[in-house]
Amino acid sequence: MAIKERNHLQDIHATHDVHVIKNGLVDIPMLQLLDAQGNLLSQELDLWDEQTALRIFKSMHYIRILDERMVSAQRQGRISFYLACTGEEASVIASTAALSNADMVMTQYREQGVLAYRGYRTEQFMNQLLSNALDPNKGRQMPIHYGDKALNFMTVSSPLGTQIPQAAGYAYGQKMAGEPALTICYFGEGAASEGDFHAGLNMAAVLHCPVIFFCRNNGYAISTPAHEQFAGDGIASRGIGYGVNTIRVDGNDPLAVYLATLKAREIALTDNCPVLIEAMTYRLAAHSTSDDPASYRAKSEEQEWQLKDPIVRMQRHLQQQGWFDQAHIDEYCTIQRAEILQALKTAEVQLKTNISEIVTDVYQDIPAHLARQRDELIAHIKLHPEHYPATIMSNKD
Amino acid sequence: MAQMNLLQAINHALVTAMSADDRVMVLGEDVGHFGGVFRATSELQAKFGQARCFNTPITEQGIIGFATGLAAQGQVPVAEIQFADYIFPAFDQIVNETAKYRYRSGGQFNCGNLTIRTPYGGGIAGGHYHSQSPEAFFTHIPGIKVVIPSNPYYAKGLLLAAIRDPDPVLFMEPKRIYRAAVGEVPEDDYTLPIGRAHVVQEGDDITLVAWGAQVSIIQKAAAMAEAEGISCAVIDLCSLLPWDVNTVCSSVQRTGRLLINHEAPVTSGFASEIAATVQGECFLYLEAPIQRVCGLDTPFPLIHEKEYMPDEHKTLAAIKYAVHF
Repeated sequence: MAIKERNHLQDIHATHDVHVIKNGLVDIPMLQLLDAQGNLLSQELDLWDEQTALRIFKSMHYIRILDERMVSAQRQGRISFYLACTGEEASVIASTAALSNADMVMTQYREQGVLAYRGYRTEQFMNQLLSNALDPNKGRQMPIHYGDKALNFMTVSSPLGTQIPQAAGYAYGQKMAGEPALTICYFGEGAASEGDFHAGLNMAAVLHCPVIFFCRNNGYAISTPAHEQFAGDGIASRGIGYGVNTIRVDGNDPLAVYLATLKAREIALTDNCPVLIEAMTYRLAAHSTSDDPASYRAKSEEQEWQLKDPIVRMQRHLQQQGWFDQAHIDEYCTIQRAEILQALKTAEVQLKTNISEIVTDVYQDIPAHLARQRDELIAHIKLHPEHYPATIMSNKD
Repeated sequence: MAQMNLLQAINHALVTAMSADDRVMVLGEDVGHFGGVFRATSELQAKFGQARCFNTPITEQGIIGFATGLAAQGQVPVAEIQFADYIFPAFDQIVNETAKYRYRSGGQFNCGNLTIRTPYGGGIAGGHYHSQSPEAFFTHIPGIKVVIPSNPYYAKGLLLAAIRDPDPVLFMEPKRIYRAAVGEVPEDDYTLPIGRAHVVQEGDDITLVAWGAQVSIIQKAAAMAEAEGISCAVIDLCSLLPWDVNTVCSSVQRTGRLLINHEAPVTSGFASEIAATVQGECFLYLEAPIQRVCGLDTPFPLIHEKEYMPDEHKTLAAIKYAVHF
């Protein structure tokens, strides 16, 4: 491939006018395949199969139920914190459905639907949320900071946007290793303001990384509405600026999300390049259980978006396809609700991580100074056990 | 005087500063209409308009870079970083720009009007990304000041001093006691001097030093030690850069012993700096090794938060060790 002089200089036309490029020069349409009634908007589609559609639908229901139960568990003081995905289930779950399980997933923190679709079990969710000893993160992180090596789900970290350049690097590694897999990186439109977003997209484009950047443009970053976050045409317009293939999709339309992600995956793996998907959706939930949206947005706005509920849209689509069985889905939901409550109870009484783990995993091996700090801590607790009633120690500690 | 908690005192200081000087502007994530995730900037937008109290996009490097430029122009920005754990994207701006603006230009330019406010510290079940105490990093940056209040009275007086100080100030707020620390605060305009420690109580046997939320921990430990016949001097350092060497050393020269308590990991924590200076200034007065009661050298843990914290029990044990050395 011939390297152009300064990349694209020879494609630039000279002009004699003071040429000001204003808004609206680039038209970025939004892929939409189902209307709010679930009607197919195009007849020329390679549709999904019934099994995939039903699996997506059930996962969406599962996450809706999990979120409702966990928000109320937080209200009851049973878990310390929670973040719901309500309204964004199609964006997260239908995109996951278009991937291979071998694809690495790097998320922000609202993408529990990925785990549900990939088969994370209810008790696994609960062990993390309750920070008990069975949590693979050993109870070290706040609730919803999941991580699961077996499901190729990178452990969540709270700082925003940090996963975006990491995803480019991980994808480059996959390419170098010859793995037939890519990395998908989820984030919100607020996180896309971080420097890491710009670094990540630019590097992925320049270094030809097979990565899908999936932006959930849900309208709010805590209280900050999208119009105070950026003045341009959403996040999609930035992909164009960085030379990244870009698709904008209706994030509440599961079929559109699914087909867009399938296409993005094909492009990323075939051409070894990044693809940006901007999913236009709405955070029906509060930012977290520490937040109350009533103080910064109108109820009427939420009600408008409730009419676009992705679960309702999916159900109507399934009905039209003749794939919907009310009794079956009711039974599924009843079973899941019961299972979640039971798993919550079980996880609550699980022991928390042993105190000796306080110094593990800081490094691969415990250095001498940390071993000493652990020993001093344990000696102190043994002298004053009445002040540390919840500390778990084994006999050998 | 009015009863205020720490958050209300900070809000009151911001209202006072914005009322007194039109150049004072408040910016940061969610600080506008919403009033900040902790409500420290509550009502400021309604009172002073969106041009002077505004939300920024989520970009800490952008917030501090923007605020540094704003200060260089002559305005008086008070930039909020939502959690101290999220200040690190702005580290380059703070270390290489904010702190060096005056020096690198031979005094031609400066961004001394800048104040950065940020909540820090553990004890809120925040895990490693909502609990860190990164103050020591910032005490290693010549050109900025670092101030940490421990109660509402000091919060208002020190924040007003920080906003009006001719140099950039990092003002770190102990979020664990945002609502728990309540006290009398004058409603009028006042400042407290940056760089001066506050002697909370005099004592004879050992000097205890802390800042922020840990001041109340060493006070508890002092009360417990008192019951065992040990008299503790308690010092709230208030400012870490510059810090009040004279007040601390005068006390140590009287008590002969020193204990420093901070939440941050012990290695290269600010206690190390204090210990090094005090052994230099008070070498012949010291009757016991200087005690550091600090966080472990691990990331801040969620489930082991209680065990990790340098609490009053660990502090009391170290007091007794030093006194009986």
